[in-house]
Amino acid sequence: MAPLKREEALIEEFGYDDHFHEHHHGDKYQSNFVSHYIFSQDHKMIAKQFLITGMFWAIIGAAMSLIFRMQLGFPEESLAWLKPVLGKWITVNSEGIGTLQQDFYYALVTMHGTILVFFVLTAGLSGTFSNLLIPLMIGARDMASPLLNMLSYWFFFTSGMIMFASLFLSTGPFAGGWVAYPPLSALPQAMDGSGAGMTLWTISLVLLVISLLLGGINYITTVLNLRTKGMSMWRLPLPIWAFFVTAILGLLSFPVLTSAFFLLMLDRGIGTSFYLSDIYIGGAALDHVGGSPILYQHLFWFLGHPEVYIIILPAFGIVSEVLSVNARKPIFGYQAMVFSILAIAFLAFIVWAHHMFMSGINPFIANFFVIFTLIIAVPSAVKVFNWIATLYGGNIRFNPASLFAIGFVSMFISGGLTGIWLGNSALDIQLHDTYFVVAHFHIVMGVAAFFGMFAGIYHWFPKMYGRFMNDTLGKVHFWGTTIGAYCVFWPMHYLGMAGVPRRYYSFDSFQTFGHFDGMNKFITIAALLTFGFQLLFVINYFYSIWRGRKMTTKNPYNANTLEWTTPIEVGHGNWPGKLPTVQRWAYDYSKDGIDNISQVQPTLEGESVEH
Amino acid sequence: MSAIESTLNHRIDTPSRRSKLHPLKFALYVGLGSLVMMFIALTSAYIVRRASSNWLEFSIPTIFYVNTLVIVVSSLTLHAAYRAFKREATRAYQVLMSVTFLLGLAFLVLQYMGWEELAAQGVPLKINPAGDFVYAISWLHALHVVGGVAVLLVSVVFAYAIKLRKTPARQLRLELTMIYWHFVDVLWIYLILFLSLQR
Repeated sequence: MAPLKREEALIEEFGYDDHFHEHHHGDKYQSNFVSHYIFSQDHKMIAKQFLITGMFWAIIGAAMSLIFRMQLGFPEESLAWLKPVLGKWITVNSEGIGTLQQDFYYALVTMHGTILVFFVLTAGLSGTFSNLLIPLMIGARDMASPLLNMLSYWFFFTSGMIMFASLFLSTGPFAGGWVAYPPLSALPQAMDGSGAGMTLWTISLVLLVISLLLGGINYITTVLNLRTKGMSMWRLPLPIWAFFVTAILGLLSFPVLTSAFFLLMLDRGIGTSFYLSDIYIGGAALDHVGGSPILYQHLFWFLGHPEVYIIILPAFGIVSEVLSVNARKPIFGYQAMVFSILAIAFLAFIVWAHHMFMSGINPFIANFFVIFTLIIAVPSAVKVFNWIATLYGGNIRFNPASLFAIGFVSMFISGGLTGIWLGNSALDIQLHDTYFVVAHFHIVMGVAAFFGMFAGIYHWFPKMYGRFMNDTLGKVHFWGTTIGAYCVFWPMHYLGMAGVPRRYYSFDSFQTFGHFDGMNKFITIAALLTFGFQLLFVINYFYSIWRGRKMTTKNPYNANTLEWTTPIEVGHGNWPGKLPTVQRWAYDYSKDGIDNISQVQPTLEGESVEH
Repeated sequence: MSAIESTLNHRIDTPSRRSKLHPLKFALYVGLGSLVMMFIALTSAYIVRRASSNWLEFSIPTIFYVNTLVIVVSSLTLHAAYRAFKREATRAYQVLMSVTFLLGLAFLVLQYMGWEELAAQGVPLKINPAGDFVYAISWLHALHVVGGVAVLLVSVVFAYAIKLRKTPARQLRLELTMIYWHFVDVLWIYLILFLSLQR
């Protein structure tokens, strides 16, 4: 068998010379501080911008959940110490006990949902890893349009600033739930948050959709057009498949949300009646006639359901890659992984009404949606089986990245199983709008997506900054987060089965829920502790940017994919000389007794099967 | 300008590309696909709402039909302008580009008159979603035409300001403009057919 050559020698021998560096494109991207760090058109810098902005939002969104959890778990304790931050939203009674204002409780719940779903797990997760990995893993110099890519980030940034500004309105931010159902969202006079707060909320989300579309157009175009020589679709690493399908989902579903918001704005602004009919406020009838709030729900959930896959698919891809590298085994069932992603993406579009079983849709139509919803379990189970089979018999390296990837699989199973309960319209009579739903979606798409994100950050941190994050802190972070997250969300299943409704400020007037006080306290304490472990991550992240252990070799994990053939300090254009030519798929680990064979390695003499 | 210029000139030269389609053109098609979804959403909402009771019946203003002709002709003149560009026929290119731009403006003005006619017919806002949908859908379409007209204006200015030379970057830019303009044209044809047939 021929000896394995080093990757740079292989790129020099077989690579493709596109004369990139003769044109000096790089200069205009990195010539000064502003074009390098702020209005950067380099995909790696844009990825970091998305990640750090996402982290900012994650901290804000999570902190909000702590505030409302404290009110829920310990209503009798004083929150007066939060007055310097929350000001008038804390009312202090004559005995000096401060409580959260009820309106603001709804505002916090709404903002927590909006921020985590749209700003962190959609823009932050997909924006970071699609940008970082697509060009690096397919062997491209950059995105198809670096300019649109830059605009994508700045639309995201502007949208975030508008949402952030809405937090400081005297009437408070929007408070009608993250789904913004009319009539609460459509009538400025419905509640305080529905006025200026809702206006800014809508503007912010429309800008966010523009950002996601600009990004998505770029991801799709890049994957289809800029793959290097030899990188056929069936040789793509799984994260790229996931980002690609995510972008397609976003492109097909976000415009529908924009349409829904467009009609909502008209209802709010000029008095049309798309979503409103026969409404009385303060005893007086409004002149809105003939609209249907269900119409909004249909349009919203046509985005809303694909949205959960937009959140989880990138995590799928990242976890597949991280597990394979750290188990030193090829990913089990590569094609099945791809087809299950495609199947999930297809099913995503025909199950939206399972969010509306109790909204008054026809029960016969509900049956149709039940069946398709339950079918999603099949491709999901294929993926879970393949991840476990990848781990089985592997020579597993337990580092923070692989731990979070394994934790992801655990969370995805726990949360996925309750999805099968909730997919049944009959069970929803009991379970809808209870903490069971909260437990389900937090585990399966909140925590699981975060685990995918953490796995990705720990794994590719060296590629971003040329240094490693601290392993010990990372492992503490992992165990704290896993145990903490289960402690927060597992008990909620019991609350939900007993019928405790979500979004309620207090359960004082429900005797039957009184015995859950202890459980509510437990959940709140667990949430506070879990948040503490996330701060550990943030410290680790920023400390490691400047002080982390330095990378000494290009390919510290002995991974096969192309991003590890770039220099430690990756310049613009990613490869200093020729572009690598791809000779095989990404998952030749432990093949024929060789630990790993890079994608740039041509077929070896006497090698068994070819991919 | 320089940023756009450099994006257009940015050589995307990857050996495995099988199609001759320029990536930016491909990106535009993908983007148009998402715009299509936006209008599909609105027209589906229309169908769903129409199926339930309390639906106001009225006819679409004639101006909307006339306007369809205007935008179709503007597409044809733009195509003729493109052919003039390929021949490097400066004068013809300038005239055809200007005509296209003016037709685009005329479309917007006529749409406005159409909305006024609709209101005069007794289809105001706030009474029934049947009318609201016609306004909302045609407004959103007009908004996309405004974007197209802005791009056409830039093309007209450049047609007069700089010497006509058939460079790949400029041809690509013109083709992108043309694809978008044809798109808003075809979109309007779909919408007018939809609104007149789904009554």
